[in-house]
Amino acid sequence: MEPFVRHEGLVAPLDRPNVDTDAIIPKQFLKRIERTGFGQFLFYDWRFLESGEPNPEFILNQSRYQGATILLARDNFGCGSSREHAPWALKDYGFRVIIAPSFADIFSNNSLKNGILLVRLPEEQVDELFKRCQQTEGYRLEIDLENCTIRDKQGLSVTFDIDPFQRETLLKGLDDISRTLQHEALIAAYEAKRPDYLTPQLA
Amino acid sequence: MAKTLFDKLWERHVVVEEQGQALIYIDLHLVHEVTSPQAFEGLRLAGRKVRRPDLTFATMDHNTPTTDRSLPIQDPIAAKQIETLIKNCREFGVPLYDLHHENNGIVHVIGPELGLTTPGKTIVCGDSHTSTHGAFGAWAFGIGTSEVEHVLATQTLPQKKPKTMEVYLDGRLPYGVTAKDIILGLIEKIGTAGGTGYVLEFTGPVVKELSMEERMTICNMAIEAGARAGMFAPDETTFSYLKGRPFAPKGDAWERAVADWKTLASDPGARYDARVELDVSALAPFVTWGTNPGMVVPVTGRVPSPEDFTDPVERQAAEKALAYMDLKPGTPIEDIRIDRVFIGSCTNSRIEDLRQAAEVVRQLGKKVAPGVRAMVVPGSYRVKRQAEEEGLDVIFKEAGFEWREPGCSMCLGMNPDILSPGERCASTSNRNFEGRQGRGGRTHLVSPPMAAAAALEGRFVDIRQWNLNLREVTA
Repeated sequence: MEPFVRHEGLVAPLDRPNVDTDAIIPKQFLKRIERTGFGQFLFYDWRFLESGEPNPEFILNQSRYQGATILLARDNFGCGSSREHAPWALKDYGFRVIIAPSFADIFSNNSLKNGILLVRLPEEQVDELFKRCQQTEGYRLEIDLENCTIRDKQGLSVTFDIDPFQRETLLKGLDDISRTLQHEALIAAYEAKRPDYLTPQLA
Repeated sequence: MAKTLFDKLWERHVVVEEQGQALIYIDLHLVHEVTSPQAFEGLRLAGRKVRRPDLTFATMDHNTPTTDRSLPIQDPIAAKQIETLIKNCREFGVPLYDLHHENNGIVHVIGPELGLTTPGKTIVCGDSHTSTHGAFGAWAFGIGTSEVEHVLATQTLPQKKPKTMEVYLDGRLPYGVTAKDIILGLIEKIGTAGGTGYVLEFTGPVVKELSMEERMTICNMAIEAGARAGMFAPDETTFSYLKGRPFAPKGDAWERAVADWKTLASDPGARYDARVELDVSALAPFVTWGTNPGMVVPVTGRVPSPEDFTDPVERQAAEKALAYMDLKPGTPIEDIRIDRVFIGSCTNSRIEDLRQAAEVVRQLGKKVAPGVRAMVVPGSYRVKRQAEEEGLDVIFKEAGFEWREPGCSMCLGMNPDILSPGERCASTSNRNFEGRQGRGGRTHLVSPPMAAAAALEGRFVDIRQWNLNLREVTA
C-alpha cells in the first residue's frame, strides 16, 4: 500500500449526517469482481438523475469542487453495510482524506486498508471547516499525518487524534497480511491448543 | 477480577498482543459471492492458500434469483460473480452451498441452522449483519473484503479491544410486540451511532423469554445501532436449539462443549464501559417513517415534523427524509398506504417469522389488498421446506402472497427483486436507507406480523386489535 504522510488538496463539503454505504455506492455496482473502477459510481443516486445526466444540485457536480481530494462530512459517515466497495469508490474518485465528527466502525477499518485517512474532529471544528469551505471558493487544506495537524491558508491550525497503530500503518503503508504472517509460529501454536469441538464436523 | 462475556471471548482468542493491538484467532469464516472475489484474487496474486478451509464455509445469497433456479441467471454480471465464487471455492478447497444445494440460504440463516454457529466462537463474514450470530454467545462481526483476504490467508484478524455496553432488557414483552420492535426501540433510544465502538451484551429478565430466533433478530440489527457486535450469554435455550444440528458437536464432544459454554456468562459485578436500560413493557409495534432505522414511531403514532428536532443537523436530516419518503408531518402512521410487502431478509426470514406472518393471514382470513404486491422469501431451503411441511406456503399462496426461493432478495435488491421509483414497501428487513430496495423506493421497517397485516389491509395497522397466537408459534 502507498504510504500516507502529508496531503494538500481541495475540500468538498457533504452536509448531511449518517451517509450510509448504500448511498456511497449503490448495490447494483457490487456485482463486479474487480477492486478498481468504482469511482464512476460514487454517490450514484445523488450524483446522477434518473436519465443518467449529472444532477446539477449535487455538491460534487458543482464546478468549484471539481478535483476535490478531501471530503468534509457529518456524524456517522459510512454507516450500514460492510462493503469495501465504498472506500474503493471514494479513493478511485480521488478522495484521500475524509474529515467528520465520527465514522462507522467497519467503514473505518476498510478505509485504513485502502490508505484513506479518516480524521475525527469535534463537531465545532467540523462546523468551522464547513463554514470556511462554503465561504471560500477553492478552499484547500493541508493534512500532516506525522504531526497530526490540519492547516488552511487563512491561518487555521488544528491537531487531531488518531490511533497510533492506524497512524503507523498509514505512514508506512504496511501490508497487514505479511505483518501477521511473521507470527506464523504463534498462530500454529494457538491452533494446536484449540478444543476439537470448535472445528465443525459432520457426524 | 469479574469479567464480562465479551472479556472472556476476547481473552480466549488472543494469539499475540502488541502496541495495544491483538491478533485474534477466527473460529468460523462465512463467505458469500459479493464481498469475496477480490479477496480470493488477492490470495492468487500473492501465491497464498486458504489456511483453514475446514473453518470456512461459502454460500450464495445476495444477488441470487428467488424465482425458478433451473433457469439461467439473466444478469450477466451477477452470473459472473456467482461463477467466480464456484471457481474460487473449487480452487481453494472451500465447501460451497450453491443455488441447488439443500443447505443453501442467507449466510446468517444457514450458519445457525446448520450448527456451524456455536457459543464461544469468533465468527466473521464480509457482511455487516454477521452480528446475528452473537445470539449464541459468539463474538461475531462484519468485515470488509481486505479483512476477508486476511482471514482466508491467516485465520486471524488484528483487532483493538472494543468497549462493552450492557443493554438491560427489563419488564415483560407486551402482546403484539416482537424482537424486531425491541431492537427498533433500542435504536430509537440510543441512535444509529449509539453503539459505535461498542460490543452490546443483552441482559436482564426478558432474555430468558426470548427464543434463539428472536435473539438473532435483535443481534442482527445491533449494527443498525452502530455496534459491530451484539451478544447474549448462552443458556439452556441455546443448547437445546443446537443439539442435533448437522455440524454441532456430537457425543462426548457435545458434553465437553456444553460444560465449557456454561462458563460463558458475565460474572456478577463485571464492569461494562456503558449501560443502557430498555423497558420492553413500554414498547409497541414500530414502523419506521424515515431513511434510517432510528427514525421510528409506534404504529399508533404520527409522522413527526422537522420542528420536533432541536439539533439543526437532525432537523435537516428529517426534512430530507420526509421529502424522500413523500410524507407529511402529522400524518397518522395507520393512514399510510403501501404498494409492496417484503417478508424476508437475515433479520426476519426464519421459521418463527414465517409462522407469525402466516398466523395473521390465517386469523384474518383475508386476501392481499387490491393493488398490493406481497412476497415471502424464506431465509434458506431448510426454512422453506419446514414451512411447506407446516403448510405455511399454502396459507400465503391462497391469500395472494408470492412464495419464493431463498436469498437476500429485496432487502438490498441486488437481484431482480426491487421497488420501482416511488413505490412504498412494508418490509421486515433491516435498512430503510434511500434507494436500498431500489432507486426512489420507500421502505418502512416492521415486524413480520405487522408486514403481513399491512399486506392484507393495504396500509399499516395495529396488530394488537386482533387476538393472535404470536408468542405460541415462537417456541
